[in-house]
Amino acid sequence: MSKLLELSEKHSLSVEALTMAFPHGDRLLIALQGVSLEVQRGEFVCVVGASGSGKSTLLSVLAGLEQPTRGRAHVHGHVALMFQEAALLPWLTAAGNVELALELRGIRNPARSKIAKELLHKVHLDGWERRRPHELSGGMKQRVALARALAQDADVLLMDEPFAALDAITRDLLHEELERLWKQNGLTILFVTHNAREAVRLGDRVLVFTSRPGRVGHEVVVDLPRPRSLDSPELAVIAGRITDRLKHEMRSHGSS
Amino acid sequence: MAVADMASVFEQQDVVEDEPRSQRAWTERGWSWIWPKLVAIALVLGAWQVVVWSGWKPDYVLPGPVAVFQRLGNDLSHADFYVGVGITLRRALVGYLVAAAAGSVVGILVARITVLRRAIGSAILGLQSMPSIAWFPLAILLFQQSETAIIFVVILGAAPAIAAGLLSGVDHVQPLLIRVGHVMGARGLVMYRHVILPAALPSFVGGLKQGWAFAWRSLMAGEIIVIVSHSPSIGQQIQFARDLADAEQLLAIMIVIFIIGVVIDAWFGVLDREIRRRWGLVGVEA
Repeated sequence: MSKLLELSEKHSLSVEALTMAFPHGDRLLIALQGVSLEVQRGEFVCVVGASGSGKSTLLSVLAGLEQPTRGRAHVHGHVALMFQEAALLPWLTAAGNVELALELRGIRNPARSKIAKELLHKVHLDGWERRRPHELSGGMKQRVALARALAQDADVLLMDEPFAALDAITRDLLHEELERLWKQNGLTILFVTHNAREAVRLGDRVLVFTSRPGRVGHEVVVDLPRPRSLDSPELAVIAGRITDRLKHEMRSHGSS
Repeated sequence: MAVADMASVFEQQDVVEDEPRSQRAWTERGWSWIWPKLVAIALVLGAWQVVVWSGWKPDYVLPGPVAVFQRLGNDLSHADFYVGVGITLRRALVGYLVAAAAGSVVGILVARITVLRRAIGSAILGLQSMPSIAWFPLAILLFQQSETAIIFVVILGAAPAIAAGLLSGVDHVQPLLIRVGHVMGARGLVMYRHVILPAALPSFVGGLKQGWAFAWRSLMAGEIIVIVSHSPSIGQQIQFARDLADAEQLLAIMIVIFIIGVVIDAWFGVLDREIRRRWGLVGVEA
């Protein structure tokens, strides 16, 4: 294997000079301008930014849902995407939602239902397999969504504020689950949030995005040992610095 | 694992559990469902009887409920009646099935093909408001006084509502679900089969229900207007009763038409509610 190939293999996800512009009335709205970033295989990277920093757009491009206006976005391997809403198919049971992801990968029964059951076990939903989404709480729905993402055999998990709508304790529990699944499955995760503490709790690195247009303004390497606690003073200090940067950023753009 | 246990305990609290309903609860629910209906029927029959007693119209024009129900009971013991109901229901079924098939195909094509939507999308909605009785002169010109003429109008009456129901269902699928399908690798027909059509089902069933109402109305209009020899359908029987000034028979048949309509509509109502419940569109108790 050549040196060059080896180097690129290390990167699970790379974005080069990505610019995204949308027509907005008779003007162009620039959501992202010249964004470059790299995420290594097995790395957990968080993106924080104020609203309007194009964070969600970045994930849409990486998931192949939108085409870049300029630049490149590349992901090695399968991608799964999670949203703030669990976005489960309401007519399918918890198991059915996971099974659909497997079916679309061409996995047949009986293996399909067996794998689905195992995945729901992994996210601690034993006994809830036959329930429909409207019978589940917000946290349980996100667990199903997590199991579905794993069912897609994803190497890279793109997460768009997945826990923003949950209460604090449920979010705390899901942080632990996500961290565990990340380690167990050797996932690469790009996690978007507007919550600096959450970013520091989870990420190996935190990328702070500027607003309008979105750009990587600052990078923070989080070298706290895992598992981390949201309430630890060390975490609060780093999160505080990130929040200050965000505030400064918002003030200088007059967007607050 | 302690964390996991805590997680499930914590989350079980905000989940709605189905409580096993006892036999007694069922009879209570059944009673609370039926008594308002019984009272309504009693009030209507009472009002009808009062009008008859008032002497507003002579008995042979407007007979009272007792005479009409006796006549209905008498009809029910004759084979002719069942032959008539059979003919009518067969026409309803044939016309409705063809309308459902045609409406579904047109609905899907219009949803899929942009040019087709621009061409006839609004025409489908417009057709829904076209009174089906207005089709009969043309139907009779095309197919003479025949069963085909009747079924033709039943189809034209029901199909637009069915197509419109499907179309609106496909149009209003949550964009987020389509994104999810896309990320899971669903494209084209696979997307339709696994995401779009199931998501559109509640609206489609709504269209089927409305299509049935249109089909039944068109069929009755057709059977009264188009006289097909040797086929004593219930619409035809009502027309004969009028020709013979047999008011008891006329009202008895009207009651039959009403009951058939209500029963089938109620069946669609159950289907509609079951699907909405499964899709999580209404509360479990609704």
